[in-house]
Amino acid sequence: VCFAPGGLDCSISFVSHVLGKVCVHGRQKEILSVLVPHLTELTKSDCIWQRICWRLLECVPDRWMEAVVLGFVQRASGADVLSRLLGNLVVKNKKAQFVVTQKLLLLQYGYTTAVLQNVLGYLSLDSLRRALLIKVLQELLETWGSSSAVKHSPAEQQQYISKAILICLSHLKEPEIESCRQELLASMMAGVKCHLDSSLPQIRRLGMIVAESVSLKINTDGPVLKFQCEEDNETRELKSLLVQTPPCRVVPSLPDDDRNERADAALPVVLESNEKPHAAACVTPDEQSDAELDSDDDLIPYDMSEDKELKTTKAPVYIRDCIEVLTGSDDVDKWDATIKALESLIRKNPAATREVSVELAKILLHLEEKTCIEGFAELRQRAQVAVLTTDPIPVAQYLTSQFYSLNYSLRQRMDVLDVLVLAAQEMSYPKTRGKNKNSSAQKPCIQLLPGGDSSKDWRRIVDERIKSKTRRFAKGQSQVEQDSGPNEFNSIAGHFFFPLIQKFDRPLSTFDLLGEDHFVLGRLVHTLAVLMYLAVNAMAVTAMGKALLEFVWALRFHTDSYVRQGLLSCVSSILLGVPTEHLLEDMTEELLETQSWLADVVEKDPDGDCRRLALQNLLLMENLKKKLETVPS
Amino acid sequence: MALPPPDPEFVLRGTSAAVHTLQFSCGGQEPDFPILFSGSENGFVHVWNLKTRRVITALDGHGRKSVYWVETMDAKDRLLSQGRDQRICLWDLAEGRTSVTDSIFTENVGFCRCSLLKVAQGRWLMAMAAKSLEEVQVLELPSKTSVCTLKPEVGAKLGMPMCLKLWQLDSGSQPWLLAGYEDGSVILWNLSMGKALSQLVCHQEPVMSLDFDSEKAKGISGSSEKVLSIWSLNEQQNLQVHKIHKLVNSGISDITIRSDKKILATAGWDHRIRIFGWKKMKPLAVLDYHTATVHCVSFSDHRNPSERVLAAGSKDHRISIWSIYTET
Repeated sequence: VCFAPGGLDCSISFVSHVLGKVCVHGRQKEILSVLVPHLTELTKSDCIWQRICWRLLECVPDRWMEAVVLGFVQRASGADVLSRLLGNLVVKNKKAQFVVTQKLLLLQYGYTTAVLQNVLGYLSLDSLRRALLIKVLQELLETWGSSSAVKHSPAEQQQYISKAILICLSHLKEPEIESCRQELLASMMAGVKCHLDSSLPQIRRLGMIVAESVSLKINTDGPVLKFQCEEDNETRELKSLLVQTPPCRVVPSLPDDDRNERADAALPVVLESNEKPHAAACVTPDEQSDAELDSDDDLIPYDMSEDKELKTTKAPVYIRDCIEVLTGSDDVDKWDATIKALESLIRKNPAATREVSVELAKILLHLEEKTCIEGFAELRQRAQVAVLTTDPIPVAQYLTSQFYSLNYSLRQRMDVLDVLVLAAQEMSYPKTRGKNKNSSAQKPCIQLLPGGDSSKDWRRIVDERIKSKTRRFAKGQSQVEQDSGPNEFNSIAGHFFFPLIQKFDRPLSTFDLLGEDHFVLGRLVHTLAVLMYLAVNAMAVTAMGKALLEFVWALRFHTDSYVRQGLLSCVSSILLGVPTEHLLEDMTEELLETQSWLADVVEKDPDGDCRRLALQNLLLMENLKKKLETVPS
Repeated sequence: MALPPPDPEFVLRGTSAAVHTLQFSCGGQEPDFPILFSGSENGFVHVWNLKTRRVITALDGHGRKSVYWVETMDAKDRLLSQGRDQRICLWDLAEGRTSVTDSIFTENVGFCRCSLLKVAQGRWLMAMAAKSLEEVQVLELPSKTSVCTLKPEVGAKLGMPMCLKLWQLDSGSQPWLLAGYEDGSVILWNLSMGKALSQLVCHQEPVMSLDFDSEKAKGISGSSEKVLSIWSLNEQQNLQVHKIHKLVNSGISDITIRSDKKILATAGWDHRIRIFGWKKMKPLAVLDYHTATVHCVSFSDHRNPSERVLAAGSKDHRISIWSIYTET
C-alpha cells in the first residue's frame, strides 16, 4: 500500500474500513505485522505520515475500533511508538478511550507487562492524555482496594492490576501526585487491609508491595510504610516496575535498520550496557592473592575440637526439674538451658515423661518467650512433639480439647494443629527416628532389655555361639536389613482426628471457625487432610474417611480460597487413604455427589490452585474405578 | 590426625590465693636452680624452686594486699613487686636475704602493671601509672628520678592506663612506651619529647593486656571482648591495625610473646590458655586445665631451648607449668 505524499486530504477512510474489518475478523496479526513496522518507520520523523496514521485510525468505525486498537497496542514496540501511531486517539474517540483505559486494564488481564508499559507510557507522554493517566490510577486503586475483588478475583488478575498501578506510579510527576494525594492515601489504606486479611500469601505480598510503593510515592518526606515481606522473583520484578528506565526516549536515535518486532526492543540495549560494568567489577576480587608463604609449618597445631563456648549453667537432668524451672524459676540462664535441653530429655526418659505428660504439654502450650534465645518457637514445638509422641493418647486428648477452648490466641490454636501434624508424621515413619527397639538387638554389648524382649536375648547368644564355632570359608556381602518398626500412628489416629472434627460448627465467644477466623479453619482443614493421609492402613480409616467427607460437603462453598484448597486436599487424602473397596461400598452416593461438585469446581472456581486440585481428584477417582474394574472380583 | 592437647608438666599448689603475676628466672648456671616468682592476692610473693617444685620463701611486703606485678632486676637477686597497697617494693634476695631495700609510693589505686626496661648496665626505666587518672610516669631506677610524665591531651577521654610496655629496638637506642587505655586505644609515646606519636583504637572495651615484638614492629592486644587485635608500627611511627582474631569466648587477662618470637600465649577468662603462632596468628593449642580465670601467663628464660616452659597462674590458686613447642 503506498500513498501519494502530496495531498493531505486523500480519503483514508476506505483504508480504515478495510483495516477495521480485517482486524475484527481476527486477522490482526497478519495485517498488523506488516502494517505497524511500516508505519513505525514512516512516522519516525515525518509529521505528515504521523497525521496520516492518526487519521487512518480515527476513521475506523466504532464497532471495529476495539479490535484495531488492541492490535496496535500489542504490536507497538514502545510507548513513544504507540504515541506516534495513535496520537491523541484516546482523547478524541470515546470508544478508544474506553478500550484503553477500562477494558484493557480492568476487564482483561491477559496482556504482558510490556503491553502495560506501552499503554501507560503512551498515556503519560502527552499533556492531554496525562489527565487520563491520573483517572486510570484512581480507578485501578479503587479496584485493587475493593474487598470483594480481593476475595473473588483470580490471583493473576490481581497481579496484573498491581503491575498496572506500579507502572502508573512510576510515570506520575510530583505536582500531579500532590493534587490527588488524599484520595490515593485513602484508597491505599482501604486496599491494604483487604489484602492483608487474605489467607493466600501471594495476595498478601502483592498488597504489601503496592502499599509500600504508593506510600513511598506520596510521602516523599516523613515516614513511609514498610512491610517485612520475603523477597522472591515476583516481588523483585514488581519493585523494578516502579523505576522507569528511560530507554523509550532513546529509540528515535537508533539507526534506521533496527526494525524490531518485539515489544521490548529498547530494553536489551539498556541491559547490555548494564552488564559490562558488572563484568569489570567481578575481575578485581580475583586479583587478591596471598603472596606470603606460610613458613610456620614447623609448628603443628594440636587438636582444638574441644574448644567451645563456655557454658555457665548446667541444664537440669530430670524432667520434673525442668517443669519446676519452667513454671517457677526466675533464673534466666537456667530457663534458657532448660528450654534447649528439654526435647532430648523427653526423648531419653519416656517413662518419666509419661508420668507428667499432660502437665508438661500444658506448660509448653502456655510457654512464652522470656529471653531472646534463637529458635525459641522451634525448640518449643519440638519439645511439644516429643511429649506428644511419647504419650500420645492423653496429650492428644488435652491438645484437641484446648483447640476448641476459650481464650487462646490464634497462634496457639495453630500451634496445636502443627504439633499434631508433626507428631503424626513422626509416628507413622519409624525409620526416621533414631531410637528403635530392634536396633538394640544388633549391638554387640549386653544390654538390659525389658522383659518382653528376653526371647531375643537367648537367640542372640545362641547365634553368636554358633557363629564362633563355625568356620567360614568365604564371607559373603552382609546385607543390612532395613529396620522396620510398627507404624505407631495407626492405633491412635482416631484420637488425633475425631476430636478436631467434632466441634467446628459451634462458635465460642472468642473463636468462630465459620466466621472471622477462617484462616484457622483453612489450617484445620489442611491438618485434617494430612492426618487422613497418614492414617492409611489404620483401623479407623474408613470411619475417618466418612466423617471427613461429610465435613468437606458441609463447607464446600466456603468463600475463602485457602479453605477450598484444603477441602480439595482432604478429598485427595480420602481417595488415597481409604481402601478402595470400602470407598465404593460405604460411600457410593457421597462419592458421586463429590464427583459432580469437583466437576463444577474445575470449571467455575476463580482460584487456579483449586481448579488444579479438583482436576487431580477427578483423575484419582477415575484411576480408582479402573483399578477396581481390572481386579477380578 | 591432630594430637590432643598436652597436659601440664606439673602444677604448683600452695599459694592459697589467686595468682596474679608470674616471673621466671632460669638463666642461672649450675648449681643455681631455676626459679619462679609468683604474686598472689593475699599479698605474698612466693619464690618457687622449679627443680624441687616447692616454695623456698614467701615474701610479705604489701600488708596482705594483692600483689599484681613482679619483675626481676638482676636475675634473681633483686626483685620488684607492685601491690594494691600503692607501693612498689624493691627486694634484695641475694644470699638468702629477704628484705625490702627500697620502695616507691605510687599513690595510684589502679591495676595497671608497671613495665621495666634495662637501658644500660645498672640503669633501668620503669613506667607506671601515676597518681592522676590518665597519666603515666616513667622513672629511672635505681635513682627513682622521674624521666617524664606522659599526659594525654585534654579532652582525650582515654580513661586509666590499663597496661604498659616499654621497649627499645636494640640496646642503646631510644626507648618507647606503648600504653593501652580504658577506652580501648593503644598509644605510642616518645619518651624524650613526652609526646604521643600515634593512637590506635583497637577495641571497644578496655585493653586488658598487650605485648610487642620490636623486631617485627608488630604488637598484639587483648581486651574483655571476643577479639584479639594485632597491629603494626610502620616507618612513620604510626600504628595500624593489621588483623583481628576472633575468639570463642570473651575476655583475655594476659598476653605474652615468647622470647624467640615464634609463639605467643594468652590467658583467658574462660579458664583456657591459648597458644598461637606469632607469624600468622595461627591457632596452635588450647590448654584446658584451670577451673577459674587464668590471670597471667609467662614464658621461661631457660638458656637451653628444650627446657623452656610456660607458666600460667589462675584464680583457682594453682600455677600450671607446661612444656610446649620446645623443639624449635
